[in-house]
Amino acid sequence: MTNSAIAVSGLRKAYKDKVVLDGIDFEVRAGTVFSLLGPNGAGKTTTVNVLTTLMKADGGTVRVAGHDAATEAKAIRAAIGVTGQFAAVDELLTGQENLQLMVDLSRVPAKDGQRVVTDLLERFELTESAGKPASTYSGGMRRKLDLAMTLVGNPRIIFLDEPTTGLDPRSRHTMWSIIRGLVADGVTIFLTTQYLEEADQLADRVAVLDQGRLVAQGTPDELKRQIPGTHIRLRFTTVAELDAAARVLTDATPDPEALTLRVPGDGGTKSLRALLDRLDEHSLSAEECSVHTPDLDDVFLALTGHTTEAAK
Amino acid sequence: MSTKSHSLVMLRRNSKHIARNPTSVFNAVLMPIVIMLMFVYMFGDAFEVGVDYIDYATPGLMLLAVCYGLGSTATAVNSDMTKGIINRFKVMDVSRGAVLTGHVVASVLTNLVAIAALIGVAFLLGFNPAASLLDWLGVVGMIVLLGFAAGWLTVALGLSAKSPETAGLAAVPLVMLPFFSSAIVPAEKMGPGLREFAQYQPFTPIIETLRGFLDGTPSAGDVIPALAWCVGIALVGYLWARSTFKKRA
Repeated sequence: MTNSAIAVSGLRKAYKDKVVLDGIDFEVRAGTVFSLLGPNGAGKTTTVNVLTTLMKADGGTVRVAGHDAATEAKAIRAAIGVTGQFAAVDELLTGQENLQLMVDLSRVPAKDGQRVVTDLLERFELTESAGKPASTYSGGMRRKLDLAMTLVGNPRIIFLDEPTTGLDPRSRHTMWSIIRGLVADGVTIFLTTQYLEEADQLADRVAVLDQGRLVAQGTPDELKRQIPGTHIRLRFTTVAELDAAARVLTDATPDPEALTLRVPGDGGTKSLRALLDRLDEHSLSAEECSVHTPDLDDVFLALTGHTTEAAK
Repeated sequence: MSTKSHSLVMLRRNSKHIARNPTSVFNAVLMPIVIMLMFVYMFGDAFEVGVDYIDYATPGLMLLAVCYGLGSTATAVNSDMTKGIINRFKVMDVSRGAVLTGHVVASVLTNLVAIAALIGVAFLLGFNPAASLLDWLGVVGMIVLLGFAAGWLTVALGLSAKSPETAGLAAVPLVMLPFFSSAIVPAEKMGPGLREFAQYQPFTPIIETLRGFLDGTPSAGDVIPALAWCVGIALVGYLWARSTFKKRA
């Protein structure tokens, strides 16, 4: 128990007669990053809402920081920080005022307030814009301010609900490095995301949520092992070419819509050369050839029978 | 931290909002004055009310001024709700009442500023009340009570609405209601149906109470229903707001 920051068992939640969480179990060890992965509508935000005491579970037990969510919500709130799905910053206040507001409402002693605000502004590279209203901030800056606000009071468990949704790639990478920094400080992070790459990049453990059930959990590598290995993807310009190639390479799987052929193979030069030789023999040529190592997208497809896109 | 100090932090936040949002100031302070000028100069002579029109209309316009402030309160509460700010406060264990109390108190303060401005303009237009100091205290008391009652109801509307736009719309009936009361013309002058509605709707006894105080002749027959309506509205608004606040995440 001492080592587990979050422990959830048999968690159920329904809105009226619509079941959103259908009995989920997981545990997050202190000081690690746990990622809940799933498409829109899978129940990620509901899970966060229950874990952060915003909602009551209909069934099951939830313990956060050693406290029971059903009876000790107050103690949980004192231990956690939450950054919701939409940057919950006060747009009419400046960045500095937003942080000061959090200080005023938290247990931070008033005499330390000024220093806490200055430090956070600096750490998140917001010092320059500190005096401007948050409404003038870019999406990436808002997220940073939002996270900075969450860190006031130094919580040991942080919930991040889709922290990079809607961010451009550069801001996303900035956010990732901030999260890595927090982990280095020993903070436990519960992260939801619909980006498989994000879970792969950040998480120690990943749980895949689909329609209110956890369909798999493990380390990113363990999950990757559950699916077919590396393959080579060939893309053709016409259906006729694709069909001809499929007749030659009998162990491959064609995808007529994308005009691609998935050929099992390890991606090494030897097997690649053998494949290309066979195409040459039959005077076939692909427009594009790529070696595809499995990512979590494949995991999702393999586990749920549908892609993340299809579930949207 | 106590509820009180959290409420003060919230009130400070809401005051900053009002000061930085010129549209809400326009709606709350200038709009009632514009309406006053319009009625007094354009329509006033057309109404036979037995006294100087400015003396008749000022109490009603004071109530209108309270209502005009409500739209921005509803929008502000709703945007806190829909943008996740309220969730953030909830998770931080900010005292439950503080967030909403902050909005209500800010709303009442806006009302008082708007009404002070309105009365100032009324005096310039020849407003000549017969109220004693005690009567004026009665006026202020009535306004504050009405402000609290309408404020809690508006906060509840704001919490329940799906978006800031619908929250603004939800407050429109409150803005329209004074027109269907004795605010602008006496209820007896209205057509059948409307007349009964105007006579029995909550704003009429409140306006008549204000009118009574300003004339220096308050009557218990108006004051008691006015107080009852305010307490009732405040209670409904408060309970509704509290339960919505608890439920909605």
